[in-house]
Amino acid sequence: MTLTVYIFSVAAALVTLIVVIDLLRRRRLRERHAIWWLVAGIMALLVSLVPQVLIWAAAVVGVEVPLNLVFFVSLAVLFLVCIQHSVELTALEAKTRALAERLALLELELRDDTSSDEAGPTSVP
Amino acid sequence: MPAFNESESVRSVVAEVLAKLPGVRVLVVDDGSADATADEARAGGAIVARLPFNLGVGGAMRTGFRYALEYGYENVVQVDADGQHDPAGVPLLLERLTSADIVLGARFAGEGDYRVRGPRQWAMKVLSAVLTRMARTRLTDTTSGFRASGPRAVKLFAANYPAEYLGDTIESLVIAIRSGCVIEQVPVAMRPRAGGRPSHNPLKAAAYLGRACMALVFALTRPRVPLDPREVGA
Repeated sequence: MTLTVYIFSVAAALVTLIVVIDLLRRRRLRERHAIWWLVAGIMALLVSLVPQVLIWAAAVVGVEVPLNLVFFVSLAVLFLVCIQHSVELTALEAKTRALAERLALLELELRDDTSSDEAGPTSVP
Repeated sequence: MPAFNESESVRSVVAEVLAKLPGVRVLVVDDGSADATADEARAGGAIVARLPFNLGVGGAMRTGFRYALEYGYENVVQVDADGQHDPAGVPLLLERLTSADIVLGARFAGEGDYRVRGPRQWAMKVLSAVLTRMARTRLTDTTSGFRASGPRAVKLFAANYPAEYLGDTIESLVIAIRSGCVIEQVPVAMRPRAGGRPSHNPLKAAAYLGRACMALVFALTRPRVPLDPREVGA
């Protein structure tokens, strides 16, 4: 491995980490969403600083070409992040729906109160 | 009465319901319509709740059930705003609520001349077969939007009414059956819609078949929702 590649990979990992941490610091990103990015950034930094770690890890899990382990782990992390986002999106949709329904009923109540109660709510048969 | 862009028909439908059924209140849930649905419904004499954006029939219905629960209405009858349900059928549905929690107004059970063909028909047959077995009573029209719910069902639906595609018809029935609600059906006649356009695109119908089956499978595999513990066995 040439020195340029070494420097390039370390720099890439550092930039990723710095961006994530800066976003966290400025509250543009909540910890619960940042956790996977932090994990990925730290792993990238570790592997680029000490490439032997990658070779050792590949041997441990039985991956013949160490680079393939990098691809596999990156894909796995992206996949998990995507699923987490889908889950949170679903939760947000459910909350938005509940809010919309609540709002519709409150608005109706407000309207009833202001437009001189001609007929109060009574039970139907 | 869930309504989405039904300004052409909603006023006359509301007026007809109020004329044919003395003593009822009509709540129109305007599901984020872009047209004058809310004003038209109010002009017809309905109470109108406006959703800020379109949620689908499921969202509109849950809003309706919550309204019923909050204001102490015991029974809820869902009627389409496009005029295809004859309000004269409502007393028939309500009558059966004495023995059932949910009564479906079925379109194919002998009355009227409502017909569908192709994938949409297969989907409806499959759904009917499965739900008939689950409910232990013959259900021929599980996607009917003309249905009455009694107090137990109102309570259940106010908390758990799915908003997904087809959730308002199929999944809501599955939830109700698995929670122990009794379901019955009554034949009703359908009329041509007073406004709006029917969807009879074969591609859409095929997509409908697939999504209906998926909705059913997911509904069946979800954890069941217990009724209010005090009411079980009542």
